[in-house]
Amino acid sequence: MSAEPLRQRQAGIRIRIAFIVATLAGAAFAVCYAVDAGEQALGLTIALAFGSIAYGLGAWARLLLPTGGYVQSREPSLRRPREESLLIQEFTEEPSPVNRRSLLGLLGLAGTTIGAALLFPLRSLYPPGQPAPLTELRQTPWRFGPRLVTTDGQPVRPTMVTTEATLTVLPEGNLEAGDAPAFVVRVPGPGQDGGTIHAYSLLCTHAGCPVALYESTTARVLCPCHQSVFDLRDAAKPIAGPAARPLPALPIAVDADGFLRATGDFTSPPGPGFWGR
Amino acid sequence: MQLRRFYRVVDDRVGTSTVLRKALAKVFPDHWTFMFGEIALYSFITLILTGLFLTLFFVPSTAETTYQGVYEPLAGTEISAAFASTVSLSFDVRAGLLFRQAHHWSALIFIAAIVMHLLRIFFTAAYRRPREINWLIGVTMLALALLNGFTGYSMPDDLLSGTGLRIIYSVILSIPLLGPWLAFLIFGGEFPGDAIVPRLFITHVFLVPAALVVLISAHLAIVVRQKHSQFPGPGRGESNTVGSRFWPAYTMRTIALFAAVLAVAFALGGVAQINPVWIYGPYGPAQATSPAQPDWYVAWGDGALRLFPPVEFTVFGYLVPAPFLPGVVVGGLIFVLLYAWPFIDRRLSRDTATHELLQRPRDHPVRVAIGAGSLAFLAILLIAAVDDVIARFTHLPVVAVLWVLRVLALLLPFVVGAVAYAITRSVRDRSAPDPEPTAASPPAQRGEQPEPAGIDLWHNRLNETWRWRWRGREGRELISHVAFLDRDSAVAGAQLAYPDTPIDDVTPPPTPPRPITGRAGSALLAIALLAIGRRRRGNGRRTGR
Ligand code: HEM
Ligand code: FES
Repeated sequence: MSAEPLRQRQAGIRIRIAFIVATLAGAAFAVCYAVDAGEQALGLTIALAFGSIAYGLGAWARLLLPTGGYVQSREPSLRRPREESLLIQEFTEEPSPVNRRSLLGLLGLAGTTIGAALLFPLRSLYPPGQPAPLTELRQTPWRFGPRLVTTDGQPVRPTMVTTEATLTVLPEGNLEAGDAPAFVVRVPGPGQDGGTIHAYSLLCTHAGCPVALYESTTARVLCPCHQSVFDLRDAAKPIAGPAARPLPALPIAVDADGFLRATGDFTSPPGPGFWGR
Repeated sequence: MQLRRFYRVVDDRVGTSTVLRKALAKVFPDHWTFMFGEIALYSFITLILTGLFLTLFFVPSTAETTYQGVYEPLAGTEISAAFASTVSLSFDVRAGLLFRQAHHWSALIFIAAIVMHLLRIFFTAAYRRPREINWLIGVTMLALALLNGFTGYSMPDDLLSGTGLRIIYSVILSIPLLGPWLAFLIFGGEFPGDAIVPRLFITHVFLVPAALVVLISAHLAIVVRQKHSQFPGPGRGESNTVGSRFWPAYTMRTIALFAAVLAVAFALGGVAQINPVWIYGPYGPAQATSPAQPDWYVAWGDGALRLFPPVEFTVFGYLVPAPFLPGVVVGGLIFVLLYAWPFIDRRLSRDTATHELLQRPRDHPVRVAIGAGSLAFLAILLIAAVDDVIARFTHLPVVAVLWVLRVLALLLPFVVGAVAYAITRSVRDRSAPDPEPTAASPPAQRGEQPEPAGIDLWHNRLNETWRWRWRGREGRELISHVAFLDRDSAVAGAQLAYPDTPIDDVTPPPTPPRPITGRAGSALLAIALLAIGRRRRGNGRRTGR
């Protein structure tokens, strides 16, 4: 009777302090909110409040309450064979002269049909009347032969294309099209000429990330997602990483006004592969 | 006393006392590994609470709006409503960033807790009969949690999330035969489209959480019905559960755990930046971030995409694209194996019996080896997701890092498995077999003839109840979890818990069986109501209840 109460009293004091701290920290949170003290103050005060509650309750359980030492019996099996067979009888007994099996069969047929019919509206997720997915995937707005424009809509002249960096281009009038982004860059040939302009799809043939990193010394583009590398000196074939197909090329020409313009769609569908590509 | 009167009103109409008394007496095993499931539960609740706050401000739409908040770099720009509202949540809604970040951190904690919980179940073979159903529910919940994490951080329409969505779109697109249709149905057309963000939203805040609530309820109901499994130990057997009662100790502990989860989530949410979408900027189909890493729980999938060699092949002239094998097949296989594991184990061990006692990992080196090897494989996939960062820090070419990781992915699981096997074997061989394994008992006593266990049964005249207690070696004793209303049910309970153990009628033990601090509950209530409880000295030490 002597040592125990003292220990308990000490524990009680600690727990009480914890709950007082929790109260103060909770109030501090409200004050921090009111004076707009920022999310760090808010986070720390509310965390302190909850943390003190956690400490207090944890200490209460550990120091003052009996832990362990109880035993509860457990039935060897939750199964009740007699109840089970009686239950099954409810379903298998033939209670009426009407042939239940054939009725149930028809009901099942009706249910299945209704269920299947109700799946049809799921088709609205891709609204009927739109082109088939394969058609959409195979074509891009470039097939109309638009001018190449930069991301802010400027038409591109050959002089704007350098050997240093790739220039991202989009089809004029279709800046938002997800499958259209392409890039142009000048790749120096073997001789020391100015190099020829190459235009390729910007979308990695692995999983469609924009191949945004260009290494001008080697004329390679790099995909930031899974590090595929494409060699522009060799028809944009993949030389490293998980991509397996070259970047589709974009056929271009200079139009009468001196701007770059597509002369057709990509040489193959851009971006990730798909069944029926 | 108000409370007592109120309860009487309820009990009079609904009749709850028997059920509640039983519930309060439910025994929970005391082992730290049993906490992970609870942490998962509490972080899920934290996710719902913080998420509810976010829904009040987040606008799930890709319609262009002009951002007019205080964040300078974006002020006046045309961005999607989803992105604008996420930036607003971070800068313009007071406490918004706290809740956003606490939400994201709880998601990481949630999934980490589920994984730890799964590992505990795996390594102790808690999935054996009768708990296979809960294993299947658990694996499903893991999959749903991953899905909800992904849909969550894909909604803000920032550059990183858009990149992640694009990759998932490509992975779906890669599925033979169905891919294009599936991708178009899910995204409402070709990527990116305007349909996906609202769809992610309803999936994220309603469909998946609702499914999780249903599954969690089933999971817990089954746990209550089957009772917890437990590690072997003195007095523990297939026909009983040993531990703490739900009330009062376990209640305090578990609320403490909930408070601790909230504390960690909000502390991290307050001080540790996560997913700073304003730095990534808005999504644009022609832009990419580098380096780009997803959250860790989906990063293993990204790692698989990086590691897998560039193989595409054709079936009947149709292309099977590169992301299919690593993106769909590897992930699918991992989950199929997870689902099938209890049944594989049953085949391997030819053990179809019911088990309430857990296996200690050291006793089952093969299982430990399989688990450790699988973890090593997943770890390599996870590391592969940061191969570009590794390359940057080590100044090695990415290709070299990639090749090292490819070799490791194939070799390391076997090496780790073999090492784990050897270590487990040696640990097992060094720990002597013990019919009643008691880590605490000194070896000298192990050889001694165990004093036969017995049961004491007594009548408590104070409240006319019966109670029993199991007596084992070295003065160990375990008290029946509840006070029985009559002698017969007490005897039945004791015989069920300890078959073939003699029962002695005794006078009530001189020392009260177990000190229960009787006013703990009312004190807790007082604290909840008054914030500071009154001083309660020398709590009445009561027996029974
Ligand atoms: C399984 C449970 C859940 C997980 C794993 C999860 C995970 C996430 C993640 C990782 C994010 C990204 C946060 C960020 O921007 O950094 C997020 C955003 C969001 N979550 Fe959840 N969440 C869950 C449940 C919920 C619930 C139940 C709700 C609502 C009732 C909700 C509402 C939201 C909202 C509105 C956002 C977007 C706001 C924003 O991005 O800032 N979440 N979630
Ligand atoms: S998307 Fe380019 S490498 Fe994967």
